[in-house]
Amino acid sequence: MESFELHAPDSAALADAARHWRAAYVHIPFCARRCPYCDFAVVTPDEQVGPHRRYVDALVSEIGMEPHWQPLDALFIGGGTPSQLEPDQLALVIAALAERFGFAAHHEVTMEANPEDWDAETADGFLAAGVNRVSFGVQSFDATVLASLGRLHNAEQAVDAVHVAKAAGFDSVNIDLIYGAVGETVASWRATVERGLATEPDHVSMYSLTVEPGTALSRAVGAGAPAPDEDDLADKYELGSEMMDRAGLVRYEVSNFARPGATVRYNMTAWAQGEYLAFGLGAHGHREQVRRRNVRRLSAYLDMVESGNRPQAGADRIGGWSREVERVFLGIRRAAGVEAGSAGAQLLAGADGQRLVGAGILSDDWGRLRVLRPLLTDEVSRAVLSLSP
Amino acid sequence: MTDQARIRNFSIIAHIDHGKSTLADRLLELTGAVTQREMRSQLLDSMDIERERGITIKAQAVRLMHEHKGVVHALNLIDTPGHVDFSYEVSRSLASCEGAVLLVDASQGIEAQTLANAYLAVENGLEIIPVINKIDLPAADPDKVAQEITGILGGSVDEVIRVSAKTGEGIDLLLDAIVERLPAPEGLEHGPLRALVFDSYYDTYRGVVSYLRVIDGHLDKGDQVHFMATKLDEGADEVGYLTPAVEPVPRLSTGEVGYLITGVKDIDLIRVGDTVTSSADGAVDALPGYQEPKPMVYSGLFPTDGDDFERLRDALDKLRLNDASLVFQPESSRALGFGFRCGFLGLLHMEIVRERLEREYDLDLVATAPSVEYRAIVQGGEEVTVRSPQDLPDPGQTVRIEEPYVKVMIITPSEYVGTVMELVQSKRGEMGEMTYLTPERVELHYRLPLSEIVFDFFDQLKSRTKGYASMDYEPDNYRASNLVKVDILLNGLSVDAFSSIVHRDRSYGYGKAMVSRLRELIPRQLFDVPIQAAVGGRIISRETVKAKRKDVIAKCYGGDISRKRKLLEKQKAGKRRMKMVGQVEVPQEAFVAALRIDE
Repeated sequence: MESFELHAPDSAALADAARHWRAAYVHIPFCARRCPYCDFAVVTPDEQVGPHRRYVDALVSEIGMEPHWQPLDALFIGGGTPSQLEPDQLALVIAALAERFGFAAHHEVTMEANPEDWDAETADGFLAAGVNRVSFGVQSFDATVLASLGRLHNAEQAVDAVHVAKAAGFDSVNIDLIYGAVGETVASWRATVERGLATEPDHVSMYSLTVEPGTALSRAVGAGAPAPDEDDLADKYELGSEMMDRAGLVRYEVSNFARPGATVRYNMTAWAQGEYLAFGLGAHGHREQVRRRNVRRLSAYLDMVESGNRPQAGADRIGGWSREVERVFLGIRRAAGVEAGSAGAQLLAGADGQRLVGAGILSDDWGRLRVLRPLLTDEVSRAVLSLSP
Repeated sequence: MTDQARIRNFSIIAHIDHGKSTLADRLLELTGAVTQREMRSQLLDSMDIERERGITIKAQAVRLMHEHKGVVHALNLIDTPGHVDFSYEVSRSLASCEGAVLLVDASQGIEAQTLANAYLAVENGLEIIPVINKIDLPAADPDKVAQEITGILGGSVDEVIRVSAKTGEGIDLLLDAIVERLPAPEGLEHGPLRALVFDSYYDTYRGVVSYLRVIDGHLDKGDQVHFMATKLDEGADEVGYLTPAVEPVPRLSTGEVGYLITGVKDIDLIRVGDTVTSSADGAVDALPGYQEPKPMVYSGLFPTDGDDFERLRDALDKLRLNDASLVFQPESSRALGFGFRCGFLGLLHMEIVRERLEREYDLDLVATAPSVEYRAIVQGGEEVTVRSPQDLPDPGQTVRIEEPYVKVMIITPSEYVGTVMELVQSKRGEMGEMTYLTPERVELHYRLPLSEIVFDFFDQLKSRTKGYASMDYEPDNYRASNLVKVDILLNGLSVDAFSSIVHRDRSYGYGKAMVSRLRELIPRQLFDVPIQAAVGGRIISRETVKAKRKDVIAKCYGGDISRKRKLLEKQKAGKRRMKMVGQVEVPQEAFVAALRIDE
């Protein structure tokens, strides 16, 4: 892979090149507890089937079942909480991928980690295992907000984790922040962003608290607890974006900000409709025009893999017009926008497109579509998805 | 044929849930009209909606053969609809009878509609047999109810028959009483034919089937007959009894009840209350009491999906085959597109029609607020009929507007008299007589604008009296009222579906309530949407739906793509169910919910 160090995070050339990268995702489902807003495939200690090592072995087996491919440009180890594994356990997985597919030069290996799991020793261990980028689930620096989000760390642990990672020599450090929790004021959010930026991260993901169906948060809201408020979320997004900008972090996707050279290649691949392999519980992959997903139940996953079967729950072929529409729907989330192509041209020619352009939400620069008001991106997405050939 | 002396024609007058259908079932069973095996509970209520709601929509008839002291009698039970919307149909059923069984629940006592119908029966010269039902229930207090009935209608407590339609107890006594206490018909056997049509229905194969009672003369198969109101001449292809299965006979003779098939396909030509006579040497005078069907309430029905307009028209045409009281004409609304302005006998009739359209014809409908028929007198004295706020002439040209009033009778336990008075006063009611039926039960009379009771008056009456009060109403006169049209403007455009005619004193409250309701119901758009209420161009209330600020999925990574795409597609499908009003997207629910407004 060529180096894109010189490109700005929101560069169109960078965004489009990502379509040809090769990526992989590995899911580590283990969490000390389930956060009330989380709808990922997560396994808490009381749901555990066998030791972590059994799951790691299954991952290695599953990797062996994937047809050969080209060397990987990016690997993302997400969760759950990957830092619940021992560094040498994660090393086994990375080694299996290296053996099966190889890694390209300048490859990126990201792992997600919780601040409370992190110290100098683990940092060195994961670095030695082959991880070169770490993403911390910081979420907030406000104790009240952290409690309401069900997080187990405190603000000091988050700051320490970032410093330790930087000192250990990770190429890039990300912090995740969540705005809109119950009890979070605008002042508290501002303080969170300030403290987050003060750790000098290379990358920040800034998410609005979302009520996902089937979560504890969704049940609470259903029972009358306050739901996140649209105006409050919009205020906080705008404030956060402005502060990122002043700190030199460039928005390159709806919720993602990076210093030049620090964009996440794995995610860039997905938004460019590129291909990525997927291993582990509930993981989703995209290869040869097929989107496939793994089972979400740990016992089923282990049984299937251990009996020599791929743990697949379902697959959809995305081809033809559906693929073209998907390309625009994904690409439009990026600040770099997306080539209009046939779907974009049709959008612009229709009433929906005209309305969006007229309202200053969508722009067309010489055949490249861009969303000018990222907070209203889904207006564009829905218009794209309702196009027919 | 049956000798008149051995015929008894009767109806059962009862309130909803007082057990009329169960009693009918038991009578059918005991007289052998149906065997136990054929017995399907509540045989007379054949429509699904009737059975679900426990009400009888269309009258039906059945001939029961009962042996009394060695003589076989023909007892014709003529069923009556049990709701105030169908009072004309009830009156025609009663006019076909010499007697009525007044059925009252042993624990509930007599209710307003039952009493109104009982008065109607007495006025028609019918002999009444009071019957107390459900005496098997623990809460039954038949002595008290018997006293209440005799207190109102006279007679002795001993004449009140006590039954349990459920267990069959006392039904034999009732059958004897029907023969012994009800008079036989006394028609002119040799006079010209006069038969009263008390119901009709459309059969796909046979055309319109009329139910009738022969008052004078006789009706033979093959006769040439004349329908006096519609001036229609047809051949009597078939006549017969309903047992309850159809049983063709050569002749229906004086005093008998049966059916007539003529080959007429259009139900409009055979009307309830019409008189059938012979085409040659027929009767000169029709039987009294005929009325043209007259809608009381109007509402616009619009298909949610504009493409369903033709399907809606077909469905209305089909419903009308069986329901001559349903009237409709095409209407176009800026907000709702093409639909029909429909006239109904009342709110229940309206609900039943809507439900049948949605259920039997699989249509998704938006109904506009029900409106009564106003009259606007314009300069020059011309009278304009107003069935929709859009029909109102320009205020500058209007001399006055009149609205229909109704006479309302309410029966309530005396402890709720104050509550009822409060409710009626809030609806511009004028109090009339008040009579204590018993120390615990009061009969109240009011005059009220019809428009005030068509919305939710009945529901409110029920809820404020814990369900104990009952009501009945009949049309009164038209009166001049200070009425104004309240327009609702969305983003500056008047939305016809939301405009309404209300009393001036109510206009501010109505406008304010409607505007704040709509503010909750209309989702945020890409721009600020002002919602205003206006009377004659003057804004009386205003709120704004602020422009949408955030509409984006926070995370869309490799593992989310399929799911997020489905979510967005689902949202998109939801948007397609919105109606565009100018530039504003209004969800269907907004129309329904906003019109269910309760000040």
